[in-house]
Amino acid sequence: MTSALRNIIYNCKQATFLIEKRLAGKITAAETLQLHVHLAGCSVCKIYQQQSILINQVFIGFNDNDFKLDQAFKKTLTEKIKKEINKN
Amino acid sequence: MHNETDNGLRAKSLHSNPLNWVEKYADYLYGFAMSRLRDEDIAKDLVQDTFLAGLQRLDHFEGNSEEKTWLTAILKNKIADFYRKRSSSGLSNLKLTDAESEQQNFFDSETGHWNDKYRPQAFGLEVDNPLMMKELGSILNKCLAKLPGLWFSVFSMKHMDDLSSELICTELKLTAANFWVIMHRTKLNLRACLQKNWN
Repeated sequence: MTSALRNIIYNCKQATFLIEKRLAGKITAAETLQLHVHLAGCSVCKIYQQQSILINQVFIGFNDNDFKLDQAFKKTLTEKIKKEINKN
Repeated sequence: MHNETDNGLRAKSLHSNPLNWVEKYADYLYGFAMSRLRDEDIAKDLVQDTFLAGLQRLDHFEGNSEEKTWLTAILKNKIADFYRKRSSSGLSNLKLTDAESEQQNFFDSETGHWNDKYRPQAFGLEVDNPLMMKELGSILNKCLAKLPGLWFSVFSMKHMDDLSSELICTELKLTAANFWVIMHRTKLNLRACLQKNWN
């Protein structure tokens, strides 16, 4: 067993780092293997991985349409635009 | 008043009618800004800045692109400026927060094992329950608001705008190593914050 492999089997800090790197970019074949071995034996990091993916989904799935400007703000904004146009 | 405004506009440009902007685009632009900033006041400010900047550059708008696309492009620049400003002005409070997160050690420094306090536990979440997901989303927004500015900028540019890590590093003057440390730390923090505030 290589020392890199031995190091990660019990190292959750390194494993979660690789989980993030894989989610947002890419990791090497060796790192993929290391992570695979770690996750096979670590149920806690498996939970971490599921929740990490979930956080990304909730973050990205944020619905733009849930947010509307109030009428008062829109009115003020329209007035500002008119004022700006008439300035020149 | 209206005639005067209309005349002023006609002289300026035939391609665009800013008097309709608020009605047509304000909600859309606000949603766009909110999804990237998660802060109502800042989002409102940037929508206003976008319209005013649009007025200034009305001469340059030639109707080649949709008005909406054009205004969105202006807003995107405003958001990028905001990210840069927040991440550089956040440097001093970043150090503070860094120190804080060093105190809240997620992992045993020797072994790299999870420390008991931060060990992930199942959320007991039904992902197909929309109400539950909405609740989770609002907790997540509160957790995002607590992040250091630089971390939030990095996380949002990566996930909302799907920018490459190289581009984000250039924009925010980060090394690749720093970028990944921030991505890791951000997620550890967000996850711990969710676990703490869920239920």
